[in-house]
This record gives sequence, C-alpha cells and structure tokens, in this order.
Amino acid sequence: MTAVLPTTSDSLQRGWLTDLEDEAIHIIREVFGQFERPVLLFSGGKDSIVMAHLAMKAFWPSRLPFPLMHVDTGHNFAEVIEYRDRKAAEWGARLVVASVQEAIDSGRVTEHEGQTRNPLQTIPLLDAITSNKFDAVLGGARRDEEKARAKERVFSVRDDFGQWDPRNQRPELWDLYNGRHRTGEHVRIFPLSNWTELDIWAYIEREGIEVPSIYYAHQREVVDRDGMLLAITEFTPPREGETVRRQSVRYRTVGDATCTGAVASTASTLADIVRETAASTISERGATRADDRASEAAMEDRKRQGYF
Amino acid sequence: MPSGLLRVVTAGSVDDGKSTLVGRLLHDAKVVLADQMSAVEAASERRGYQGADLALLVDGLRAEREQGITIDVAYRYFATARRTFILADTPGHVQYTRNMVTGASTADVAVILVDARSGVLDQTKRHLAVASLLRVSEIVLAVNKMDLIGYDEAIFDGIVTDFAAAASTLGVDHFTPIPVAALVGDNIVSRSTSMAWYEGPALLEFLETVEPHEGPSLPARFPVQVVIRPRTPTHPDYRGYAGRVEAGVLRRGDKVQILPSGRVSAVAGIDTPDGELDEAATGRSVTVRLEDELDVSRGDVIIVEGQPAPIVTRELNATLCWLTDRPLRASDRYQLRHATRDVRAVVDQVESKLDISTLTPIDADELTLNDIGAVRIRLAEPVVVDPYDVNRSTGAFLLVDESSGATVAAGLVR
Repeated sequence: MTAVLPTTSDSLQRGWLTDLEDEAIHIIREVFGQFERPVLLFSGGKDSIVMAHLAMKAFWPSRLPFPLMHVDTGHNFAEVIEYRDRKAAEWGARLVVASVQEAIDSGRVTEHEGQTRNPLQTIPLLDAITSNKFDAVLGGARRDEEKARAKERVFSVRDDFGQWDPRNQRPELWDLYNGRHRTGEHVRIFPLSNWTELDIWAYIEREGIEVPSIYYAHQREVVDRDGMLLAITEFTPPREGETVRRQSVRYRTVGDATCTGAVASTASTLADIVRETAASTISERGATRADDRASEAAMEDRKRQGYF
Repeated sequence: MPSGLLRVVTAGSVDDGKSTLVGRLLHDAKVVLADQMSAVEAASERRGYQGADLALLVDGLRAEREQGITIDVAYRYFATARRTFILADTPGHVQYTRNMVTGASTADVAVILVDARSGVLDQTKRHLAVASLLRVSEIVLAVNKMDLIGYDEAIFDGIVTDFAAAASTLGVDHFTPIPVAALVGDNIVSRSTSMAWYEGPALLEFLETVEPHEGPSLPARFPVQVVIRPRTPTHPDYRGYAGRVEAGVLRRGDKVQILPSGRVSAVAGIDTPDGELDEAATGRSVTVRLEDELDVSRGDVIIVEGQPAPIVTRELNATLCWLTDRPLRASDRYQLRHATRDVRAVVDQVESKLDISTLTPIDADELTLNDIGAVRIRLAEPVVVDPYDVNRSTGAFLLVDESSGATVAAGLVR
C-alpha cells in the first residue's frame, strides 16, 4: 500500500527514513554475522540499488563484502545493464550473471512463444545459488508490493528445491533473526520488507543516489497493450492493429522489457518522482507488471517455486 | 503531535471479522489504490458476494481466499496525514499464539477483536495474556459485529466487564474498549451514528492520537554484530564494532565495559558513513571505535560504566511461549539466540504453565503448542541479559531446534 504523504520535507518522514535505514543495516549486518556465503541480488532496479547502497553503508569503511548477482532474462533495458556493469566495477564487486538465455539455449528451461521470460528466471536463479553454494540471498522485495509478499518473513527459509512454504514459516520475533538452516537449504533475506515505494524514492532523493535514466521522464515510442504503455524494443515489436506513438514516459519498475510497462510522466527530477509517487492512485505492480495480472495468485505461485 | 510511526498488531478468533476490519480501515482511510480495489471487486464478484469483500484486500494467499480465512501474519503499511502505521494482522486459528507473539513482539498497540455475539472467549484471554506478557503498551478491545446485536449497549458493557476482569487478573492497568461494525464501517474511521451512547473515539482516531507509554530511560546496551577491519590503504589500522544501540544512549568519551569479559575502555568515536556522531540513541545502527585495542567479537555487549549493569549469567529463569508441535520437556537441548549471541541451552525444569481459562499458573512438566510457561534454562556460555519487564530488547530470546533450525520458542527473561 503506497503511503499518501504530503512532501518529503515532512519531518515525520525524515525520522521514519532513518528508522528504516537503521533497521535495514541491522538486518544486513546480521546476514554477514550468521552466514558463510551471502550474495546480493542486483538488477539495476531501484530497490536493489537502495539495497546495495545500504550494504555499503553497513560495512563502511570496509568494502562491500558480498558478490552481486543478476538473473538476466536477456530482455532487459540497455540503460539498466550499462548501469549494473558500471556500478559493479565502481564498487569493486564481483558480479555473477545467471542467464535465462543460456538456460534456454542449453534446454534447462523452455521458452513459450508470446510469453514473458519472467517466470523462467527461477531455474537459473536456483542453479546459480546451488553452483556458487550461496547460503543467503539478499533481495530487495518489499511487503507493500503484493499480497503474497505481505506474508513474507525478513529471513525466509527455502528448502533444497528453493521452494517457499507460506503455511510453514518460522515465527519472526522482536529483531532476533534466525538464519539457521540445513545443508542444501538457503535463506532469502529481505531488508527492505518494511519500506514502501514512496520510502524508496524519498530515500534515493535524500541520499542523492544515482538511478538508471529510464526512471526519469523521457521520450519513447510506445503502444497501448493490456492497459499498459509498452515500449517498442527489439523484443517487443508492435502487433498488428497497434498504433505506435512517441510520448513522455518513465518507468516505475525496471524488469523484463516484455512485461514491464511505462507510465505517462513528465517527472524529470527525484523530487518530481517523489511527488508523483505520493499522488499515485495505482499500485506499482498494477501499473507496470503484466505478469502479476495473470491471476490472483500469480506472485504466490512464482514465489512457491523459488522466484525472488 | 504524536511521534511518527505506530506499530499495531490485530488479533482475534476465527470469524471475528478481523480481515474485514483491517480491510475496512484501509478502505475508509482511503489508502487502497484504485487497481487494488478493482481487483477485490472482481474477485468478490467471481465468488458471488454482494458488494466488495474487503477481507480480500488482506488475505493474500490462495488457500486463504479459498477458505475465507487468514493463515499467516500479514504486514500492511499505510499513512494518514497524522501518522505512519505498520499493521501486523495475525490470524486466530491453530498456531494462534505463535502468530500473535510474532505480531506483538514489536507492537506498540494491540487491537483485540471480539465478536459481539460470542463475547470474551478463552482465545480472547490468550490474546490479552500475550499482549500483556510481551508488554504491548496499549490494548484496544474492539467489539465487532455490533450491527448484528442491534447496537445494544448492555451487551457491549457486559463484554467490557468480562474483559476488564481478565485484564485485572493479568495486571493490565488500562485498555480502550470500542464498539465497531467492520462490515458496514461503524466506528472504524469515523464515529458511528448508530451508537449515540458511545462517546469515545473511532478506531483510527484512537490509533492516530495514542501516545504509547515510553519506558524510563534505560542504561546503554550495544551488542556487537560485526567487527569492521578494512585493512585498506586509506584505513590500514581501522577497527570498529558495528551494531545497533538496543537501549539507552552511547556517547563519545563514555567509559565502557565489554561483557562478558569485563574489560574496560572508552568510546573513541561513533562512526557512520555520513560522518561521526557525538552520541547514538536507541535504534541507531552505528560503528563504535574504542580507545584501547581489545579482543572484542560478535556476541559481546558494550555497556556504559556507572549505569545499572545487566545480568551476566549461565542460568536463566524465563517465560516461554511454545510455538511448535513437539512438546518441551525437561533436559531437552536447544540453541539459544539472544541479541547477537548463540549459545547451547538445556531446559533444566518446566515449572508451571498458564491456565488460560483462569489466567493463573498451574503445575506442568511439559509445554505443548501455544502454551505459555515458566522454565529454568542452563547455558553452555554466559549471556548478558536484562529482565524483559525492564528491557524488551535485551530481555528477549529465541530457542532454536538445532537440527531443523526451526524457532521453537519465544523467551522472556524473568
């Protein structure tokens, strides 16, 4: 649920952002303290950018002690991939790329004509976790994004098959996080659980964090598809009967280009984006993610199978 | 002006209409977004319901929607012009204590729901006992479904009297009763016109204005999470202790003691990436440098000399909320997780457990799922604790099953 707050200069929210930052840093340090081989999921999207920023703050003046991992569908926005590679190099972090394209080429997963590659990320993700022996996987998911995510723990155990069992989760009490797990299991860690979309943008603004250019309003060729503005790219050509037009848009989420819609916007600064987010009457996923519209339980089903 | 953030836990038995109440609160506070509302309307129509079932805003799992029940704790985030809220919605069946304890462990306010037609049940008393035990500072008794009893004041008063009796047995000195009808929205966001006899606030009004009781200022407690040693050209000799101030305030220059070793030093600096701080208050995640080179590691606790000292002990008298199917018996072994320290533990003796209908302790030699009981625990290494009644964060611990890793108990130091 996106909070409706007047402005970021609101003193209440300033205090609240610091509370959120302190909580996330505490969680990230617990991961370092409790696990042998953590990895931080980094897609170049705003949530994972905030995660990486917090992780660097948590260990300052030491360097980021975790490698980064991206599950690349092969259909990502070029601006985001450029950002991802540049930042990983700047931070001196090892970047593990789990490729959906390679998984398709080797026959590990099968692509279905006309369907998004988003669900196909699960197998390369789990394969990379297993082959790198990662025991903790830090992700930027937030409970306000979606109803199944609202039931997710901060430390969330995945079995040998990477599966999430929402009916059998560990109780999570006080700020005592239990990362104990059996060999073969791993734990997903969500330090941004208590953040909302608005908090993310207000924090990016407060900290002056660089984000990929597609988050800002820009001119782009789009079509109306399934009630979303879909960008015309090499992976998403216009379909018959669709009218391509050029207009000012920006992205609220940056996932796979085939299922991530843009929103009409003229927000060209972080302050504009914060204002626009606060005033929005449509949720982030509702506005921009075709994959979550498939059914009421689309996210739950993907999560059960091991998705982010 | 109340402080920024309020953490609220809602608890009720099955069919008390808790998801409906939460959905109604979100809907009437106008924090439900257009697409979320149309998804709920579409889902309600598919199920053949009259109008939108607001409970569907909250019940996120397939099984929940199929069975019309809430299975797991769900967290909701919303803000009004006056305050930001984190709402933990805890379901009331099977693992009720486990869910309630989870939500209550961090809550400032507990909203306990009762169906006006059934009144105070054992389940209600259990929720009250958990809220009281975990020291949730404000308790609301929300008597729901008032519309189904004709908004009868006498029935409401009777329920409040029963609840007050249970509260006084548990030593709860105050609570706030509110008559509501979540399905139609009476006294949720605005005051109801159907209950002229009720003069108190609507639920949201109460939540927006309540000031959770601030405990007395506590002595400083800083459990070390991570030792920061960059060994880089810019910071060749840097050694800092990263952690969160769990209680009190830590200041530069403070004379400190490291526990359990008992070595002493002083705070040379409090670092953050945004610059040095003169002091760090409760809740701040910082990195502390000490004047002396000491062997300090994860699990140690930094305290300030001259302030009331914690207890350093290998034996705990504790209250446990038992959260798993396999019963606890004397001589069972577990891993105990307290602050940033893990130690092996053996339960020496189960002393008693709480009888929920009378709310008094009775003799027991085991604890089963949902039981709350008193035990004695022996530890392989010392821990640095305070009584839970004094300090919610250094008085709390978990018991963890060594083989499965499951969290089996919430523990409170007595």
